[in-house]
Amino acid sequence: MTLRAGGVRPWVLQRLSALYMALFLLLAVPAAWLAEPLDFSTWHAMFTRPWFNVATTLFCLALLGHAWVGGRDILLDYVHPPGLRFALLGLLGLFLLSMLVWLLGILLPLMGGVA
Amino acid sequence: MGHLTHNKNRPKYLDLRRIHLPLTGIVSILHRISGALLILALPFMIHLLQLSLRSEQGFEQARLWLDGVLASLFLVVLSWAMAHHFFAGIRYLLMDLDIGMERTHAVVMARAVLFAEAVVLVLLLGWLL
Repeated sequence: MTLRAGGVRPWVLQRLSALYMALFLLLAVPAAWLAEPLDFSTWHAMFTRPWFNVATTLFCLALLGHAWVGGRDILLDYVHPPGLRFALLGLLGLFLLSMLVWLLGILLPLMGGVA
Repeated sequence: MGHLTHNKNRPKYLDLRRIHLPLTGIVSILHRISGALLILALPFMIHLLQLSLRSEQGFEQARLWLDGVLASLFLVVLSWAMAHHFFAGIRYLLMDLDIGMERTHAVVMARAVLFAEAVVLVLLLGWLL
């Protein structure tokens, strides 16, 4: 991925991730709403179901990719000194990557009800 | 072109007090602000997710924290950011399909975004708070 603003690949990633997240939220939020009373066992069991776990993991991947493209666009539009721009882009990338590792560490062990 | 440079009353377009951002521009800049807020909130949201899935006690801890005053503020801001980013994002997707590009339609769509976000925000807060 290039560090130039614009580009077709980031644009496609941004749109596809947006569509996936919108669909996920339209299905998942009403489902959580209807699942009341939401207690620990229902909540936990939801994440052990493989289809929900995979769908949620994909949501997290889409979110972090979307955050990268959007955050990159904001930084490239408003931060012009090359050194600061590069440092902030690096910081954003490291931040999002650590969020990814954190999320995968939470979600994947729950798959299939192991943890 | 000489008369332009000699006109003392020509507008300064970077004077922030004199720039009136149109509604469509407000919806756009709020889309960026809400997106940045959602990125900054990620560690808190992931922390809550982790806590709520760790154990029965963790789930209760997360619920207790969410009932606090500080958390209510956090929920209001994040719910707004989510609702705005969602609908303003759909506006961009529609614009990709060449829907709402004409000026009057663009304003109607910007109004629709603000209306939909207000409705969803009220519903979300009614549910969460």
